[in-house]
Order: sequence, then C-alpha cells, then structure tokens
Amino acid sequence: MTADDEQSGGRAAERGPVASLRAGLRAAAAFHEAVFVSRWRGSLRRVAREEEDRFLAVLLLASSGIDDPAAYETLELTPHLIQAFHDLHQREGIDRFPVHGVCC
Amino acid sequence: MPAIIVLVVVLGLFALGYRFYASYLAERVYALDDALPTPAVTMEDGIDFVPTNKHVLFGHHFTSVAGAAPIVGPAIAVFWGWVPALLWVVFGTIFAAGVHDFGSIVVSVRNRAQNIGTLTSAVINRRSRTLFLIIIFFLLTLVNAVFAVVIGNLFVANPGAVIPIVLEIPLAIAIGQYIYRTKTSALVPSLVGVAVLYALILVGNAYPIELDGVGEMLGVGPRTVWIVALFIYAFIASRIPVWVLLQPRDYINSHQLFIALGVIFLGLLVGMDRIVAPAINTGLPEGTPSFFPFLFVTVACGAISGFHSLVASGTTSKQLAKDTDAKYVGYMGALGEGSLALGAILATTAGIAAVGLDWGELYPDFGTAGGGAVGNFVSGIAGFAGHIGVPEDLGRIFAAVVVISFAATTMDTGVRLQRYIIQEMGQLVPEGRGGALGGFRKATGNLTTVTAIAAGVPLALALAPSSGDTADAGFAFGRLWTLFGTTNQLTAGLALAVIAVWVTRSGRSAVAQLVPLTFLLAMTVWALILNLRDFIADRDWLLAPLDAIILVLAGWLVVEAFIGIRKARAGGFDPADDEAAGVVRSDRAARR
Repeated sequence: MTADDEQSGGRAAERGPVASLRAGLRAAAAFHEAVFVSRWRGSLRRVAREEEDRFLAVLLLASSGIDDPAAYETLELTPHLIQAFHDLHQREGIDRFPVHGVCC
Repeated sequence: MPAIIVLVVVLGLFALGYRFYASYLAERVYALDDALPTPAVTMEDGIDFVPTNKHVLFGHHFTSVAGAAPIVGPAIAVFWGWVPALLWVVFGTIFAAGVHDFGSIVVSVRNRAQNIGTLTSAVINRRSRTLFLIIIFFLLTLVNAVFAVVIGNLFVANPGAVIPIVLEIPLAIAIGQYIYRTKTSALVPSLVGVAVLYALILVGNAYPIELDGVGEMLGVGPRTVWIVALFIYAFIASRIPVWVLLQPRDYINSHQLFIALGVIFLGLLVGMDRIVAPAINTGLPEGTPSFFPFLFVTVACGAISGFHSLVASGTTSKQLAKDTDAKYVGYMGALGEGSLALGAILATTAGIAAVGLDWGELYPDFGTAGGGAVGNFVSGIAGFAGHIGVPEDLGRIFAAVVVISFAATTMDTGVRLQRYIIQEMGQLVPEGRGGALGGFRKATGNLTTVTAIAAGVPLALALAPSSGDTADAGFAFGRLWTLFGTTNQLTAGLALAVIAVWVTRSGRSAVAQLVPLTFLLAMTVWALILNLRDFIADRDWLLAPLDAIILVLAGWLVVEAFIGIRKARAGGFDPADDEAAGVVRSDRAARR
C-alpha cells in the first residue's frame, strides 16, 4: 500500500461512509474507464497515428523526388496549409514572410 | 425441471472445466511460461500493444466476442429438446471452444501477435491463407444475410423497438463525441446514455412504427422493406470511420450485454421458473433434420465460434501482459459465451412459460422453429424481466433492442470486414492479368464497388425465397442458418488446425485440438452432404451451389489439416521456417 493509499484510507476512516462512497465511486469509474472506455480512446489514438503515418509517407516520397500519389486528394488541403503557415510566421512576429517566392 | 438447477449445474461444470481442463491445457499443451515476454511488453506502443490487467482484458475480449449468434443458434436448437442443445453447449464450450479461444491467443502471442489469417500461412502453408480468405468470405456473406433477416423479423414483430434502435444512432454518435472531446471519466455520461436508450423504449412502445404501408406501396412485405433498409444502413455505416459510429455503438452494446445477462439470471433466480420444453423432443414431424449432425451446426457460436479466433489473434493477443493470463482471458471468454448460450436455452424453454406461451406451439416444426427462434428468445426474456417488475410489453422491446443492437453492429462490422476480404482476394490475382479475373482485381480497387459487392451479395441471399420454408417463416432462415453454422464451424476448424499443427511442431500432444477438430469437421461435412441432397431434391438452385462450394472448402480444409499435422508429426518443417514463424523457438525456451 502506498503512502497516498494510506492517506486516503485514513481520510475515509475519519469522514465515515460518505468518503467511502466517494472512494468506491472513484474505483468504479476507474474500472469502467479501463474496461469500456480505454479501448475506445485507443481507437481514436490509432486513427490519429494512421493519419500521421500517411502524412509521413507522403513527405518521405516528396523528399525522395517521387510525386505525391495522393496529390489530387491533398490539393484541397493547400488553402488550409497556406493559412496555417501564415498564422505561424505572424505568431513569430513576421508580418510578411521574407523569403522570395513565398507569398502569403 | 427447475431451471435454477440447470443453471447451477452448468455453471459448476464450467468452473470445473476452468479449474482442471484449462489448467491442463495451460501446463501440458500450451506450456505457458511467464519468463517469455509477451508482444504487449516487447512491442509496447501505447495503442495496439498495451500490457493490460487480465480482468480488464477479459472485459475487452468478452464484449468483443459476445453477440447475437450465440443467442440465435441455441434458440433454434432447443427444437430437438433442451438436453441435446444444452449438452453440446456445455461440452462444446469446455472441450472445443475453450481449447480454441485459449489456443488462438497463445499461438498468436508466440508469433508476434499476428492474426489467424497470417498464422495459417506461417504455421501450416501459404495455400491455407487463400482457403482462410474464401471461408471468411462465405462466413461474412451468410452472417450478414441471416442477421438482416433476424432484424427484419424482430422489427416486424416488435414495432416498438424501431424508435429506440433508430435513435440509438445519434445517441451513440453523441456519446462518441463526448469521449472524443473530453478526457474526464465517462461513467456518468455512459450511464445516462444507456438510461436514455431504455427511456426510448417507453417512447417506442407508445409510438410503434410499422412499414406495412410502404411495403404495400412497393408490392412487397414489410420485412423485405426492412432488409433493404438495413443493407442501405450497413452500406453507409461501413463507409464511415469506425470511431464515428461503430465504436460508440459497440460501446453502448457492451453495457447492454451485462444488463441483459443480469436480467436473465436475476429474473430466473426471482421467478424460479421450470423448464417446460421436453428434455428430448420425441414428437418430431416427418422430414425434420436429424439432430445428428444438424444440432452441432445449428448451435454454432453457442458452443464454438470461429469468429473468436479473429478477435483473440487480432486484438487480445496484443494486450496480454503475461503468458499465463491467456488461460483466464481466453478460456473464460469461451465460458462467458457459453453462459450467454445457456441464457438463450433457458429463455426459450423456461422464460416463455412466464408470459403464458406454450412451447409445443412455438416449436411445431423445424421451419417454424428457425423463423421464430429469436422471437421466442425475446418472449423468454420478457418473462424473466417480468419477475423483476418490468411489464411484459416493455420487456419484449428491451430484449428486441438488445438483440437488434448486437445484430446491427455485427452487420456493420461484417460488411466492413467483407470489404477488406474482397480487396485482399483481388490482390491475389496477379497484376496485369486480363479477362474476368483481371476485371475483378480492377474492380476491387474501387471502394464503392467493393462495398456494394460486400452489401449486395448477402442482400440477394436474404431476399431470395426458398422452396423449403414454411409460409410464416418466409425466407430460407432455418436453412440459411445451418449453412452459416457450417461456415462458422469451418472457421473454427481452420483455427483448431493451426493450433494443432503449432502444438505438434512444438513437440507436444495435440489430442486436445484433434478430437474437437475431427468431430467438428465430421459433423459439418455430414450436414453439408445431407443439406445438398435436400437442396437438389427441392430444386433450390440458390442454396445447392452455395452448399456445394462450402462442401469443397470443407474437403480442402480436411486435406490441409491432414497434410499439416502429418508433416509436423514427421518433423518435416524446415527449422528455418520454425524460427521465422516463431513457432518452436519460444517453446524450446519454455521447456528449458
């Protein structure tokens, strides 16, 4: 038993059934989270990882001089990327990006 | 016979099975050893590979494997009497399903948590991989067809279930969004979500929705309208990312599973119902399929399910923290499924009496038993729910909502998986090949076409009338179900063959796998031959070729299993292949 457990156990003994009920509810919520919700959160992380993997693959192909196989699909992201890039350099204190050829 | 005695005896046998047989398997057959680190530990990534507490992992595994199939099969099989159905559920669970589920986890864990499809290639041979894909294709086609018919029947018989089921979709999406956007505990929102779902039962009861008018307008029956609507739903749902709808629906279902089991067993304890069905049905009408071999394919997932090997090797093996946890998670998962099948038997043989139904009228012949089985289960649950104060009409809708939720999620998953299988089958055709095969490969590159095939083939099967059905059963449900049962048994047979070859290659006795494998294959082949004879006699030119193809697959499986086991016994596998597949290396370490 850890020091925290001992402390919380001591508090439960001090405050009686209300604290015990709270501790029980916390334990139930933790068990529910582990059994029912963690799998679901894991799948969200899996989707995020898959998106990252695809993006990584596209970047790697581009850096190797190979055309982006998803160029047609990723074309629609260009306005979002320009806006994000514009926000980035403004956040860094540069009103207009100084490199020639990069127009925001 | 008081149902409580059956309940206590069966649960006692399950406990003995776990205590003695599962321990024997763990020590002498699978040689579990905690000194061997599991893939969850060696490949931990926080997403797929996560060492998980065994009780929590059991929860994940059980909620993934439990569904509508272990309810439907036993609910039909009690037609031959409750004793034969119960015996196969009990002994099938202990000596076949437990070995199969437990073994699937172990073999996968020892092979870097690879799935059973890849393992067929690694452990037996590459040809078996193609066999696996084809068997799964037919399994998924039949499972989608039979569940569409099950849901269509339930919607027609229980129009009060329509509103809760339809509104469960936005409810699931809302709970999903809550979990997606917050990091806080989901216990209270989940309980609220389940409470809202059951409150909708009251709304559904007040406003039942029937599609008779739509059916009349289109010149078809209401069930046909429902079946078409269900496949349109499955087509759309299977195209949506899993985290938007499928996962939250599954999440609500996992709560419903425990609630339904609680209602069954609590209702039984309070009501002390007696079994009103005959122990062995001696009054079978002329032309009834004999219980040898049809009982064993009809009970299907209630005793052993090939689908479990997909879950065991697909996700569970990636989360196993310790080698020895495989016994608890795998074997107990099989016992949990057996308990659900037991609940279905008790509902259809004891629970129905609590709502004043006569068993003999519900099960006069096999056609009616097949078409009405799920409805009888719903009535039985309403009987059990009545003992704990739930009015009968609400109890019926509750049970219908549970079964439809499970079946609809299975359809969504089934169409989605079928899409992957068809795409993978397309990849088996060499690139640049012309003709029909080349066209098939090209077609499988288009997602919409593949999804349309995945939904369209079972839709055609579900809508096709059969000459062998009784008028009220409508479509070929009883016969379709036995065909589904054969593909389910073949999937389980293939997994058992993989486990048997792996155990033999590891230098231990595979009798525990070979006995259920031989029995399963014998019953399945026998049932397929008898079915084929009847289909040809009835000039059923839809089911006869389907049966013939599945029979060929069964023969192919027998050959591959025989070749694999003989080669393993003769030590014919190349040691380099053993090393590559991770088959023996770990066991040699275990024996040291």
